[in-house]
Amino acid sequence: MTEYLLILVSTVLVNNIVLVKILGICPFMGVSKKLETAIGMGAATTFVLTLASGASYLIQHYLLGPDLAYLTTLSFIVVIAGIVQFTEMVIKKTSPELYQILGIYLPLITTNCAVLGIPLLNVQAKHDFMQSLLFGFGGAMGFTLVMILFAGIRERMEGADVPGIFKGSAIAMVTAGLMSLSFMGFSGLVK
Amino acid sequence: MISALWVMVGISLLLGAVLGYSAIKFKVEGNPLVEKIDAVLPQTQCGQCGFPGCKPYAEAIAKGEADINLCPPGGEEGIRKLAELLGVDYKPFGEGAGPRAKAVAFIDENTCIGCTLCLQACPVDAIVGAAKQMHTIIASECTGCELCLAPCPVDCISMMGLPESIQTWKWPYPVYTLAQPKNPTREMPTS
Repeated sequence: MTEYLLILVSTVLVNNIVLVKILGICPFMGVSKKLETAIGMGAATTFVLTLASGASYLIQHYLLGPDLAYLTTLSFIVVIAGIVQFTEMVIKKTSPELYQILGIYLPLITTNCAVLGIPLLNVQAKHDFMQSLLFGFGGAMGFTLVMILFAGIRERMEGADVPGIFKGSAIAMVTAGLMSLSFMGFSGLVK
Repeated sequence: MISALWVMVGISLLLGAVLGYSAIKFKVEGNPLVEKIDAVLPQTQCGQCGFPGCKPYAEAIAKGEADINLCPPGGEEGIRKLAELLGVDYKPFGEGAGPRAKAVAFIDENTCIGCTLCLQACPVDAIVGAAKQMHTIIASECTGCELCLAPCPVDCISMMGLPESIQTWKWPYPVYTLAQPKNPTREMPTS
C-alpha cells in the first residue's frame, strides 16, 4: 500500500511529468489560457493516459515480450491513437462544449509526448500492472495539477502590467521556468 | 517476423472493432432542422448573408439569431421555402439586400498590380493569376458574390452586368416538389 502511495506522490510532485521531466509541453502552453479548458484537457489526458498505461502494459507483457521488444514504440503509438479517437467520440457525445473548446488539442493528445513517455518509462522501470496504472494515473494527475496552477497564473497575468517585450508567450515561458524551479523543492520529499 | 506481423494486425483489428463499435454507440445526431435549412439554401457559400457560408447561416436561422431574408442568391423563392419550412411569415428582402441582376466581376487589367488578395478572397477559385502577374476572372466560374471587391487595394475590380444571350442563358434550376396524393384512399388499395 505504501509503495502505491509512494508512486502516486512521486509522479504527481517529485517527478512531475511537465515541470521535472519536461514532457507534454505543447498542451501545457497551448490550452492553459483559461482555467476551464485546462481542467478539461487535464481530465481528457488523465482518461487517455490511465487507459494507455494499462493497455500498453498488457501489450508489452502478453503480446510482445522480449522477442518483439522492437515493436514497443510502434504498438504503443497505435494503441494511444486508438484510445484518443475513442476519447474524442466520448467527449463529443457527453460534452459538446468541451469538444468545441478543446478543438485541435484533443486529437493532438496523440502526439502529446507525455502520453507516449509514461508507458515507455513503465517498460523501462519494469512496473507490474497495478504499478503501471498508478504511474499513468499519477503522471496524469501531476499534468492536470500543473495545468490548473499554470492556467490560474495566466488568468491573473491577463490583468497584470507586463512590460511590452515580455507580453504573450515570453512571460508564459518565464512563468513555466519559475514553476519548474519551485517544483525542484519537492525532490527531497521521497528518498 | 511473421509473429510481429500477426501482433500488429491483431492490435489494429482489435482497435478497429472497438472504434467501429463506439462510432455507432456514441453517434452524435446533428440538429435535423439545420440540415433541412441547409438543403434549401443555394450552397453558393458567398457570405452575402454575413455568415461564413451556408451551413453557419443555416445554424443561425435554426437558433433564431438570423432572419430568413438575407440570402440574395436564393431569391424570393428561397425566402418562401424557408418561411414554409419554419412556419413563419414571408418577409421581403431588406433595403439593399435583394438579389441583383446577374453580374460577374471584371478586373481592369491596366490597374491590377498583381497582389493576389482577390485570389484568396474568391470562394470558387474563379480568378487566375500569380504574384506580380496580372489577374483575370473566369467569367463562367464567377458567381457574382462580390467578395473580391473589398480586398482589392487599387479598386480595379468592378461588377459587370451579364446580358442574357444565347451563350449565357441556362435552364432555370429545377424546383422539386413532392407529389401529394390527391385522393389518399386510392393510395391504399389493401387495408
